[in-house]
Amino acid sequence: MSILVNSQTKVLVQGITGSFGAKHAQLSIDYGTQIVAGVTPGKGGQFFEHGGKKVPIFDTVADAVKQTGATASAVFVPPPFAADAILEGADAGLDLVVAITEGIPVRDMVRVKRALQGNRKTRLIGPNCPGIVTPGEGKDSHGGCRIGIAPGYIHKKGNIGVVSRSGTLTYEAVWQLTARGVGQSTCVGIGGDPVNGTSHLDVIKLFNADPETTGIIMIGEIGGSAEEEAAEWIKANCKKPVAGFIAGATAPPGRRMGHAGAIVSGGKGTAAAKIAAFQSAGIGIAITPSEMADTLLKMM
Amino acid sequence: MNIHEYQAKQLLAQYGVNVPFEIPAKSLAEVRPAADKLVAAGSAKVVVKSQIHAGGRGKGTFKTGFQGGVKVASTIDEAVGFAEKMLGNVLVTKQTGADGRQVQTLLLAAGAKIKKEFYLAVLLNRETSRPLIMASTEGGMDIEEVAEKHPEKIFKETIDPAVGIMPYQARKIAAALGLKGDLFNAGVMLITGVYNTWWECDALMVELNPLAIVELADGQETVMALDAKISLDDNALYRHKNIQDMRDLNEEAPLEIEASKFNLNYIKLDGSIACLVNGAGLAMATMDIIQHYGGNPANFLDVGGGASKEQVTAAFKIILSDPNVKGIMVNIFGGIMDCNVIATGIVAAVKETGLKLPLVVRLEGNNVAAGKQTLAESGVAIINGDSMADAAQKIVKAVGK
Repeated sequence: MSILVNSQTKVLVQGITGSFGAKHAQLSIDYGTQIVAGVTPGKGGQFFEHGGKKVPIFDTVADAVKQTGATASAVFVPPPFAADAILEGADAGLDLVVAITEGIPVRDMVRVKRALQGNRKTRLIGPNCPGIVTPGEGKDSHGGCRIGIAPGYIHKKGNIGVVSRSGTLTYEAVWQLTARGVGQSTCVGIGGDPVNGTSHLDVIKLFNADPETTGIIMIGEIGGSAEEEAAEWIKANCKKPVAGFIAGATAPPGRRMGHAGAIVSGGKGTAAAKIAAFQSAGIGIAITPSEMADTLLKMM
Repeated sequence: MNIHEYQAKQLLAQYGVNVPFEIPAKSLAEVRPAADKLVAAGSAKVVVKSQIHAGGRGKGTFKTGFQGGVKVASTIDEAVGFAEKMLGNVLVTKQTGADGRQVQTLLLAAGAKIKKEFYLAVLLNRETSRPLIMASTEGGMDIEEVAEKHPEKIFKETIDPAVGIMPYQARKIAAALGLKGDLFNAGVMLITGVYNTWWECDALMVELNPLAIVELADGQETVMALDAKISLDDNALYRHKNIQDMRDLNEEAPLEIEASKFNLNYIKLDGSIACLVNGAGLAMATMDIIQHYGGNPANFLDVGGGASKEQVTAAFKIILSDPNVKGIMVNIFGGIMDCNVIATGIVAAVKETGLKLPLVVRLEGNNVAAGKQTLAESGVAIINGDSMADAAQKIVKAVGK
């Protein structure tokens, strides 16, 4: 078991002919992920070829879904067109839309989030995220499902769930686990934007319900209050050990630290407040990012 | 991106928000004609307001010793005198830091007879992912303080982005502010205009502090935006040509402007240990771990996912332009990118910049063995960090010597 995706998940790539989308479609195919379709308006009927595979390209997501049975998508389209691409995926009835695109205007995401409200079929992950990986059983976790831009080989199949707002910090945590011989059930990057589709709490609930996940690493950062909300739920409901790290204790207030959502404003969203919420929920605190895996393993 | 008060008011006026009669002046020559116009329009007093991207202007001090970045003049000559003391000089306020900001534009405004002050803002509520209007009868105050001490004095109204602001919502806010009669209706119009400015301009925050009831020369009362602050979503600027033109590079740190040319995300801090990292989360975490081991980070610097040799070299040059920097920690997790390419870039950058400061490099990920070998065989003095914690301890120690 895993959450959201597994080795059988059929994935389409929106923006497969762009350089970024193409590169990561290739890496996902190399990883053994079922990339079954690409979507680029105006290029329907062409093929995306890599490693002896011919992936059909469609003009619309609806066509791609109908012809290939894809249930998940990776969105690589540029920011001005990304909101449209996300809602097109939802309209086509996908179970999962993973928006990798960085730099989507906040107003566009406010509208997307409103349009998806009440939609029980489609889950959005991201935007501005590394995506999701469920490691496979092969060498270097080959044969898993990789949607997005994470390096596949650092993973190992196992029982730890990882959820994070940051890409490289996710890789750091995964690498620490794998280097200690500990595998992951699924790793989810929820993205660094102020408006995103899936929250820490949403993912924690899925991990809690997944019989194969036995421990969780939750990585947060300054800005917003999503970490506090997750901590509150964990305190009352989570049956599994959770270790956490919060980045940005040294960030000056009022400045955006790379991620659009990483900002302390009006005294809200500080690292100190989030760490306090973690502590009160019984979440193990990694004092430094070097200790994320060890903090969890000590609790298990 | 932030814009000046006078620019914010120009945007607000486009959406029907009542703003005072004001004239910006970029040179002393423009000051007297502007003051003449204000007096001719019936204003007994002229307010001279320094335009910088920071609050606390009224209580600020110029480096020349002149007190106050906002002054009320009783005569045109006095207004010109104030302008001479402000234009071109550096104003220090509680928000600028010790360096202050040079005043390059003044805003000349008609002196207003203020009857009552309010607070009004539109922002994104991250918990609901919807726009939120915040209003308070406690205008002209620090709103964070009001929120803390008197939360009951802050009125909040959430807007459904699919519908936009409805008139009844603006009426609720006007009523909460205690507006009556003609002022109530004027307030509804103004509140609607402020929301529409936020939405249509892709603002992150629109703040009127104060919004005020003002008595005009003819004795009539009206509501208007006496001060205004707008910050905009950088990611949406591509669709607002008119707002792009409002960017004032004078208000941005020169090193941050230089960094943005190379797609580097750099924020200068005041510590002595510079860091160069790939990924925003890892960059924040690197700053944190430097501090954890007793050092002080000199900057935030995210070189992004595909750092090239040119970017790494540019990053080193920017870091080294900061005279406070006494050592550098490079922290790279090469997931997809090849650590050896990064290592080659680091060696080239060190040679090109003639780096003499201690440099600790922590490399991990794809092809890391080759990367470490490149560093070791380069002949350049690089201290190897085995983990983030190891690297942070080594750079703190090296700088502390």
